[in-house]
Amino acid sequence: MGAFEAVILTIITASTPLLLAAIGELVTERSGVLNLGVEGMMIMGAVCGFAAAYTSQSAMLGVAAGLIAGVGMSLLFAFLTQTLMTSQVATGLSLTLLGLGLSGLIGEAFTGLPGIKLAALDIPFLSDIPFIGPILFGHDILVYASLAITAGAAYVLFRTRLGLIITAVGGNHHSAHALGYNVIRVRYGCIAFGGGCSGLAGAYLSLAYTPQWIENMSSGRGWIALALVVFSTWLPGRVLIGAYLFGAVWIMGLYVQALGVAIPAQLLSSLPYLVTIVALIIISGNKTLTKVNTPACIGQPFAPER
Amino acid sequence: MMLILEKRSEQSRAMTFLSPILAIGLTVVIGGFIFAGLGLDPFKALYIYFIEPMTSLWSIEELVVKAAPLILIGAGLAICYTANVWNIGAEGQLTIGALFGSAIPVYFTAWQSPLTLVLMLVLGAIGGALFGAIPALLKNRFGANEILTSLMLVYVAQLLLDWLVRGHWRDPKGFNFPQSVPFEGWQLLPLLGEGRVHMGAILAVIAVFILWVMMSRSLRGFEIRVIGSSPRAGAFAGFSQKRVVLFCFMLSGGLAGLAGICEVAGPSGQLQPTISPGYGFTAIIVAFLGRLNPIGVLFAGVLLAISYLGGEAAQVELGISDKTAQVFQGMLLFFILACDTLIHYRIKFAPGRGAAGAA
Repeated sequence: MGAFEAVILTIITASTPLLLAAIGELVTERSGVLNLGVEGMMIMGAVCGFAAAYTSQSAMLGVAAGLIAGVGMSLLFAFLTQTLMTSQVATGLSLTLLGLGLSGLIGEAFTGLPGIKLAALDIPFLSDIPFIGPILFGHDILVYASLAITAGAAYVLFRTRLGLIITAVGGNHHSAHALGYNVIRVRYGCIAFGGGCSGLAGAYLSLAYTPQWIENMSSGRGWIALALVVFSTWLPGRVLIGAYLFGAVWIMGLYVQALGVAIPAQLLSSLPYLVTIVALIIISGNKTLTKVNTPACIGQPFAPER
Repeated sequence: MMLILEKRSEQSRAMTFLSPILAIGLTVVIGGFIFAGLGLDPFKALYIYFIEPMTSLWSIEELVVKAAPLILIGAGLAICYTANVWNIGAEGQLTIGALFGSAIPVYFTAWQSPLTLVLMLVLGAIGGALFGAIPALLKNRFGANEILTSLMLVYVAQLLLDWLVRGHWRDPKGFNFPQSVPFEGWQLLPLLGEGRVHMGAILAVIAVFILWVMMSRSLRGFEIRVIGSSPRAGAFAGFSQKRVVLFCFMLSGGLAGLAGICEVAGPSGQLQPTISPGYGFTAIIVAFLGRLNPIGVLFAGVLLAISYLGGEAAQVELGISDKTAQVFQGMLLFFILACDTLIHYRIKFAPGRGAAGAA
């Protein structure tokens, strides 16, 4: 395997969890809900995914467990913010705090155990083509799932009636309600979708990226995914580009270190966070770019008049 | 059955105070179930967790040691959240405060005078305030979301600390351990009494008092309140939202920085790669549990300190993970937010799903 090929493969692995979490959050935010609990849902997906895979010795069951954990956490958030009308910012924060704590507790028994790695799909002939084979056809199912979900989300949001309803609910929930759409139910659905995607992102971390359980292994990826949604100005295609750019930044540090460049390891480790800040500055400074697609109702609770 | 929320004509004052108590009760009950699920006697476990930390002088002192940083940071965050300014990077501001203050003992190891300590504390507060100013300025100048930037800076601060204690600031006589020189004499906070309680506790109480006066008696407090509840009304009154954002971030950052230097000049006595068990994040819960009121924060800080101490006690006596502390803290915030709904709404149950409810 050539060095260039290896670089591309690692960029794909580093980008996939970011893409999964970000596309889920994008759909949630399109419906007018800001869920700051991505990090908490992701880490719960990671720990539950690992635990289920280790116990059952099946990586696919682990993926399913991660998905369920993410959805479960997001429904907690949905119940509080949609039914009890709590503050979305505060509730999202508490979801992250709870997820980090709960995952530590669940994961304690699994620390240091050998993980189950999600196997790559082996497509006859295609996977064997030199260079193109490994890069295009040599990945595990979640890599393809992340791309399919992104394409599917773009299709649903821009080409279907459901997408129009979601956008309407996020753009003006009072009008959507007046038109007869059940704002709360649409938002429940979008929140659960976001949770499922974050759960898959977590499962990817503990089953494919580094197949083991390490406490706090999401290390801020959930927050970076949130920033990616802002960076993408709520467009799925840009989320894809952004996730791969950030994935590249994430692993750049490893390669620079391997080349023996005398830069402190900590500086390289802090690059993804610094780049996130810079990206937020650039994109937020451009008012026309952000204003167009920002869901107007984002973060506002909706109380139907009864 | 369907749950229906009916808006109260005015906020329930009683619920403002009852909600945290209800939330604590729910947390304890669910906690009991978790302990039972772990195969423990729930009553014994809850006793060890919540009551035992208050039964001996040693543990009460330890409680004060842990409550002090939580109160310092929580009081500042309470002001921020009142203004609708979301600083969630207090952990990073704490770290930078600790670094700024520690520069004195690291670079002037032999300097011993009361002024040493004063300068360390002042530098700690300045460091935290400056680091807190970054997300505020980015928000004011570029409109960058302060939640995300302040959180990203936590990771940056912790990596900076890690780099310093493993590199330039490592104790040359420390056998290559990643830690700074041990602080001595006037580089340490004076102890109150025989135990581990240090002056940081007094600083916390003073800070609470000053912030309470500011919020309830001063124009600045009024400005923060108005901007928080209605930025438009604030603009008509001539209040600047940008000024409030910067003020709140620098105030809470400064207090977090002070808490940081108090940790290293107090319980730890030197810089280490990790200086806080997540005080900056737990303080978010303290602020909410304390009703975003400095006096309330005082009580909430003590309560959250119990959860830290109870977690340690449960680890030693019951052999369960100290992670339970974090779970309890997370649950507590969840329940507070849920119970706070009762301040604005009455909960009613309607039978079945009425025709009017269907979309």
